Amino acid sequence: MSSQTSNPYEILVDIQNEISNENQCKFRDSMVKSIYTQAEAIAEKVVTKSHTKKYDWDHKLDDILTSKFTGYPIMFFLLGLVFWITVTGANVPSSMLADFLFGIESKLTTLFMSVNTPQWLHGILILGMYRTLGWVISVMLPPMAIFFPLFTLLEDLGYLPRVAFNLDKLFKKAGAHGKQSLTMSMGFGCNAAGIIACRIIDSPRERLIAMLTNNFVPCNGRFPTLIAISTVFVGGAVASHYSTIIASFFVCTLVLLGIFMTLIISWGLSKTLLKGVPSSFTLELPPYRKPQFLKILYHSLIDRTIFVLGRAIVVAAPAGLITWILANVFIEDLSILSHMAAFLQPLAHLIGMDGFILMAFILGLPANEIVLPILIMSYMSEGAMLELDSLQAMGDLFIANGWTWLTALNVMIFSLLHFPCATTLWTIKKECGSSKWTLFAAIMPTLIAFITCFFITQLVHIIR
Amino acid sequence: MKNSTLSQDPIPLSNITVGTTVQVLDLKTTGLSRRRMLDLGIVPGTIINVLRKSPLGDPIAYNIRGATIALRKEESSQILVNPI
Amino acid sequence: MGLTCQSCGKALLNDKFNIKLGNHEAFVIALAGNPNVGKSTVFNALTGLKQHTGNWPGKTVTNARGHYTHKDKEFMLVDLPGTYSLLANSVEEQVARDFICFGKPNATVVVVDATCLERNLNLVLQVMELTDHVVLCVNLMDEARRKGISVDLDTLQKSLGIPVVGTTARSGEGLTNLMDEVHDISLGLKITSPKNINYSKDIEEEIKGLVPKLENIFGNTLNPRWVALRLLEGDQTLLDSIHQFLYTEIYSNKDTEVACFYE
Repeated sequence: MSSQTSNPYEILVDIQNEISNENQCKFRDSMVKSIYTQAEAIAEKVVTKSHTKKYDWDHKLDDILTSKFTGYPIMFFLLGLVFWITVTGANVPSSMLADFLFGIESKLTTLFMSVNTPQWLHGILILGMYRTLGWVISVMLPPMAIFFPLFTLLEDLGYLPRVAFNLDKLFKKAGAHGKQSLTMSMGFGCNAAGIIACRIIDSPRERLIAMLTNNFVPCNGRFPTLIAISTVFVGGAVASHYSTIIASFFVCTLVLLGIFMTLIISWGLSKTLLKGVPSSFTLELPPYRKPQFLKILYHSLIDRTIFVLGRAIVVAAPAGLITWILANVFIEDLSILSHMAAFLQPLAHLIGMDGFILMAFILGLPANEIVLPILIMSYMSEGAMLELDSLQAMGDLFIANGWTWLTALNVMIFSLLHFPCATTLWTIKKECGSSKWTLFAAIMPTLIAFITCFFITQLVHIIR
Repeated sequence: MKNSTLSQDPIPLSNITVGTTVQVLDLKTTGLSRRRMLDLGIVPGTIINVLRKSPLGDPIAYNIRGATIALRKEESSQILVNPI
Repeated sequence: MGLTCQSCGKALLNDKFNIKLGNHEAFVIALAGNPNVGKSTVFNALTGLKQHTGNWPGKTVTNARGHYTHKDKEFMLVDLPGTYSLLANSVEEQVARDFICFGKPNATVVVVDATCLERNLNLVLQVMELTDHVVLCVNLMDEARRKGISVDLDTLQKSLGIPVVGTTARSGEGLTNLMDEVHDISLGLKITSPKNINYSKDIEEEIKGLVPKLENIFGNTLNPRWVALRLLEGDQTLLDSIHQFLYTEIYSNKDTEVACFYE
């Protein structure tokens, strides 16, 4: 447009270059000071504080929640409480949903029979797709509908920054950013959401560390797996009165193991591949706020629960279909699934699992929540899930297929530590833009899961 | 400003015990981290109240211009203050 | 002239801020504020469910937009990232500054926490240096009352020279007032006279020397006093932004737009 002799941008650069760095620094300090002085003066004029100060709840709460003695126990207790409420509260609605959905299934089957649908079509649609869907919904929806609002409640109260405050030194020692404890907390809901939350970390090195280790806290897709197995195999081992408490306590311990792994791996990364010192970090501890219950319910149910469930359904339907086909198409005497499981068997054996379990984890790559449904389907002789109306029935099925407490432990640890789901990997790729690091994000946790389970299994074998 | 406070040797903020109120004298940092400090309202003359330590002793939370801000030792040791 | 200028501004919004105005009559309102002052509560209370989220082009910072109608006029609210300052140390601050500076919203609402006004005024004063069209929203009035803190809004309004509204966004208190003020400022029914910050003598001297040169360059597209201040403190990021927003051709590149649109 205008044909000036010199670009205005260059004129500005010249002007700026004329001012010495020293002066710039001095000017800047002085400017900030002037602004604050004026802000102080205005605030002093307009703000009056009555000194009949009421009880200072914020301080009292912080005294307890961040104290040297009670800070950590309370964190552990709150986490356990959230799990316990989730486990206890989800039982009844879960079985109600299961009854309802499997009731529809038998009606659908009758319908299919009455119109003479071919056997294979009924198999694919009802025994494959519908059953997997029914399982995912009845097992996942109730715990999510309880867990997410509880977690959002803690978030809304302002407790999460206190968690970051309590844990910061550990993250600093690990060479990670203090905000990683916040992104880690987000990961409890959904690892993909945790990865996106890593944007709050400015330094690329620390952001990458946070992204690569987010997967070590169990997301909502994996909680049902952990909770279900823990309820049957850990809770089931003690008197029924205490079973839910023991099961929640055990899931808590697993979470601690996950956090421990997060720290160890962050430390390892910052000492090797992602060398560097932690960047400066400031954390605001906002005042505690009265939570808005309706808004919490709305946001956690609509934004989180429905979103995660929707994703699970979208993934579970085709996965159920594929699994059914794999389990029902026979090559020679065995189904494709059995062939694949047999192939994986030696490897799975090393880490105390069987080929079907490893297979289920691999087929569960699209979404972790379908690992158990796939496993159950694989174990069924006819290649579809039975009407499993209780967790106990699931436990019996697993035991009948040779599970011991060691198998259960290994499955839980493998679930906690293994590769992130496809959505998470896709998010990592999107956020860091590097295929190399995305691949690393898949392989590194898997190796760690293998190594951990391998050692546990071999150790137990030696002791025996 | 009292003269007596000026005669004292400045102490890094990280060395101040919980419960003490101090006044900022100087910032030792430069560049980006200095800018960040300034943005938080830490300029010479700012009053800071040391609120609490985290369970492992670091970071420490401070009341800076009405907000509770936690600083790591690396940052707070760069802020020179005088108890008042 | 008014028309071309208008369309130019809208094109800029579209291309460089990834903001699409469905309705070209809509007024663009920026929402600024410190973190933890209930800014998103204000945003949600005003826009309800009419929201979209995306990214600022080329930045991994979330950009949320929402619509509301008040007095038959349509307003588009752009939620800027929560920042303590506009002095551009972080990506968030740059995004907020660039939007107010180059996106030329019809009004900027600064949300502050009534319980710690002094700290929040820092940002208010900085926004006022950048634009005249500012409305101050003193939020969390209920919490202030509970803590025995009272804020004299009239005196605050006089001291700052901009409209001041007290709100409690979670209960909806004061929001109609806020929308009234935003309406009046956007339509030019009310003229503000934001108070200037006085700097030390040497800085004011330097500003005096620089302002005429800058007036020559920018005319009235940018506030010369504010640019002078940024030059004095050696803010490189502003120069980059000036280069990017004022002296780089606007391309209507659909591909990049899709690429940076994250839904």
